Amino acid sequence: MIYSEKVIDHFQHPRNVGKIDDADGVGEVGNAKCGDIMKMYLKVDDNGIITDVKFNTYGCASAIATSSMATELIKGKSIDEALELSNKAVVEALDGLPPVKLHCSVLAEEAVRAAVADYYKRKGIEKELPGCSGNCECCHLHDETAE
Amino acid sequence: MERIYVDNAATTHMSEAAVKAMEKAYSVYGNPSSLHSAGREAFFMLTDARKSVAESLGCDQKEIFFTSGGSESDNWAITGAARAMLKKGKNEIISTAIEHHAVLHTLDSLAAQGFTVKILPVSPSGYVTAEQVDNAVTDKTALVSVMFANNEIGTVQPIAEIGEVCRRRGVLFHTDAVQAVGHLHIDLSSLPVDMLSLSAHKFGGPKGVGALYVRRGVSIPNLICGGAQESGHRAGTENLPGICGMAAALSESVASIDRTAAYLIPLRERLIDGLLKIRRSRLNGGRTERLPGNVSVCFEGVEGESLLLWLDAKGICASSGSACTSGSLDPSHVLLAIGLPHEIAHGSLRLSLSAENTEEQIDYIIRTVTDTVAYLRDMSPVWEKIVKDEENEK
Repeated sequence: MIYSEKVIDHFQHPRNVGKIDDADGVGEVGNAKCGDIMKMYLKVDDNGIITDVKFNTYGCASAIATSSMATELIKGKSIDEALELSNKAVVEALDGLPPVKLHCSVLAEEAVRAAVADYYKRKGIEKELPGCSGNCECCHLHDETAE
Repeated sequence: MERIYVDNAATTHMSEAAVKAMEKAYSVYGNPSSLHSAGREAFFMLTDARKSVAESLGCDQKEIFFTSGGSESDNWAITGAARAMLKKGKNEIISTAIEHHAVLHTLDSLAAQGFTVKILPVSPSGYVTAEQVDNAVTDKTALVSVMFANNEIGTVQPIAEIGEVCRRRGVLFHTDAVQAVGHLHIDLSSLPVDMLSLSAHKFGGPKGVGALYVRRGVSIPNLICGGAQESGHRAGTENLPGICGMAAALSESVASIDRTAAYLIPLRERLIDGLLKIRRSRLNGGRTERLPGNVSVCFEGVEGESLLLWLDAKGICASSGSACTSGSLDPSHVLLAIGLPHEIAHGSLRLSLSAENTEEQIDYIIRTVTDTVAYLRDMSPVWEKIVKDEENEK
């Protein structure tokens, strides 16, 4: 199993690692039993633009790399744009992932969605978000649809 | 950057003696089965290698059959014994939960064919006992297969005692000794084992070659059918350079077992002590009945593959039993068998030493693992939770 140079780069130099103490939305997905957990923090301005994003991840190299890439892809974007982030876009931005690692990209997508859901909840906005919440014990296999 | 290779349970650096023996054998191009002078030259070389391997293991050369490696030897021994014993109405095989996949998957395939497979659990420190085997054997038991030493957690099983039980109960006994041969004393003239698998590249020999020892009087059908090589028991023109390399490496490593162990055990202990200073870490496998070069530890709150790749970036070649390195979503079956929960098994690291490693390297590994675990924990939500729970308990 060989990782692309981009994956290795984002693994060894992850962007946006950390926490935001006064975050406007925090999402945690995954489960230690499956071997990966991502926690994402969003700072959102009055216009619904994500001005800052940080993450903490427990997981393999691709879990860390996909978290890092996902934060890069949504930083400066609107909340609605962030919701449209697909695991496929994360995989493409990383120049691909080995097939057994695709579930990590699904987790990154779910982490973003969970953070946005939390943002809406805090704002008192009711919004149905599609897909798995990422908190089940299925280890994201249900969503392994990229490629 | 200097490369520090501590993955000798995966494969070893080929010994100079093995390379030399192979170079010599490459110029001998005859087929050992040919009747002419070129063939005879190869045949004599093959015979010398077989004698040498037999001598290293304390058995007769007629009991050594060359194969393509440990996996083939395991497949052959187990399916062969199962098929031979089925004719006598025995359809049950006993093994353990920590065997290599070459054994476990072979057993799966026999189970699918209708054999009853009994898998013995191991203790939390990774051992099976002769008593467990004794209790599991019935008059339907065809074969017991227990590995000599575990590839992941390094535990050395009581093979002589288990062998005694099998002999007393009249049951065939196979041991997968891939991790033990060349590292632990094995004298088949006194060890009650019927079949033993070995693989050359685990003791300084080349890859793709191994052997199965089959005690005289034990008869199993062929796995590889075809020509009459290996006294008609394993078809295929012999890999003469590989076999010669294996014989040379084995003879050399067997001659230095005590010296190597005396060098490795203090290094291993130094490494274990250093790594166990890391908070929430644990040693996998018992500390005493253990391969001289094996260190297997788990660190809570970090995932093994990311640890492994960071160590690689810092020049350290190691291994992990995390799901991410196994190509599946489950962590190593061995770590689960010793009772580790998934989340702890995911944070495993295996370092398997050789006599080429130095004390300076061990100290560098300890420092580097300590720093890397701290770095990964710093970004780990799992670790954050562990620390929070610890604070709440206070």
